Amino acid sequence: MTQTGGLTVALSQIVIQLLEGLGVSVQIFAITLLFSLPLGLVIAFGRMSKNGTISGLTKVYISIMRGTPLMLQLFVVYYGPYYLFNLKLNPTYRNSAVYIGFIINYAAYFAEIYRSGIQSMPVGQYEAADILGYSRAQTFFRIILPQVIKRILPSVTNEVITLVKDTSLAFSISVMEMFTKAKALSSSQTSMTPLIVAGVFYYVFNFIVALIMDKAEKKLDYYK
Amino acid sequence: MIKFEDVGKKYPNGYEGLKHINLEIEQGEFVAIIGLSGAGKSTLIRTINRMHDVTSGSLTVDGTDVMSLSGRSLRRFRRKIGMIFQSFNLITRTTVIKNVLTAFVPDMPWHRSLFGIYNENEKMKALEALDKVGILEKAFVRADQLSGGQQQRVALARTLAQNPQIILADEPVAALDPVTANQVMDDFKRINQDMKISILINIHHVDLALKYCTRVIGIRAGEIVYDGPSDKVDKEILDKIYMGGQEEEV
Repeated sequence: MTQTGGLTVALSQIVIQLLEGLGVSVQIFAITLLFSLPLGLVIAFGRMSKNGTISGLTKVYISIMRGTPLMLQLFVVYYGPYYLFNLKLNPTYRNSAVYIGFIINYAAYFAEIYRSGIQSMPVGQYEAADILGYSRAQTFFRIILPQVIKRILPSVTNEVITLVKDTSLAFSISVMEMFTKAKALSSSQTSMTPLIVAGVFYYVFNFIVALIMDKAEKKLDYYK
Repeated sequence: MIKFEDVGKKYPNGYEGLKHINLEIEQGEFVAIIGLSGAGKSTLIRTINRMHDVTSGSLTVDGTDVMSLSGRSLRRFRRKIGMIFQSFNLITRTTVIKNVLTAFVPDMPWHRSLFGIYNENEKMKALEALDKVGILEKAFVRADQLSGGQQQRVALARTLAQNPQIILADEPVAALDPVTANQVMDDFKRINQDMKISILINIHHVDLALKYCTRVIGIRAGEIVYDGPSDKVDKEILDKIYMGGQEEEV
């Protein structure tokens, strides 16, 4: 076996293994967005609630989510049931723990983005909706939210890009996503290559995300 | 008919915004409300569609006690009363026609209102409303591309699309230059005469008020100090409306 032939085989194996891991990373990414975006809106409502208890509780929740490391939160979600309540959970709970950890963390960030957007809407928009006889739901979904989405899209893009990179934190509880695989391959082959290939994959992933979000921003900014 | 009977509005901090207001406004009148800033013009106009609550007396519109309304009945009541604001309050990032179409949302079935699907009839009515205020050719332009006067006309078209009996206008020309202000006032006058819609307008420009409106209500410190035809307004009356408050303080 020649030196170059061996390298090619090694590289293709690395790519295949990392692509498998990338599948898991994309899954974490997609499920987190799917649930944290709507949950964030609910939390934003809680944060803006006139009820002091609700707004106080959501404020504490957001503060904790933003003030502690996501890695630590993943540990708490994954090991918490056993350490705190002595619950022995199925090993597949590992994946659910990652989803739960990411969703509750990202929902907190999205909540603050929604809130900033909603509170930046001029009071005149609500007045105009009132005098047209809109209900509260109609006002929010037909007048406020569409304008808020246009305003907050750049901030959301930032968070989404961070999320792509944050999926690597699932490594900390040994979920077999791309970074975990890259780390394992790097150790077993005593090579830097798997990490570099993973880096390229993350970059391309984010490049595509940025491209899509840019398109969305342009599309929402029609007639300009 | 809009009827105020000894209406008062007291804020929680004890400040009286309106005191003993008695007024009757017949269908089809064109009324200007003038007075200093803070005299209660806005408050007066905004009690009619219950954007502000009154705290004493009774206020009825076509026999309906405004303070008895809430929720759905209030929303239905507000469909009959259009309102125009100083700052237009359009959705600036979308087209003129879509702004006018927003007027139909409350009467649409929920599945169409959820996705903003408008039918032919609604689109035609929106275009007609734009035609009435003379900006039909701007229908597919983004609202923030228009001048202030044009944006105020879009707001007027949106109000006309809801087919109101009364239009309340809160400083509609305060943000406009004199020429544009006259044009917008011409629109109001035409709408008042052609469609028999009652118009109540808060206005700082006394000259415009006297030129366009048939009836003037002067308000000072929450009280009506003049109520009569615009051609009877003279310097003495204007002094009473605008200067009296200051004299008392000196």
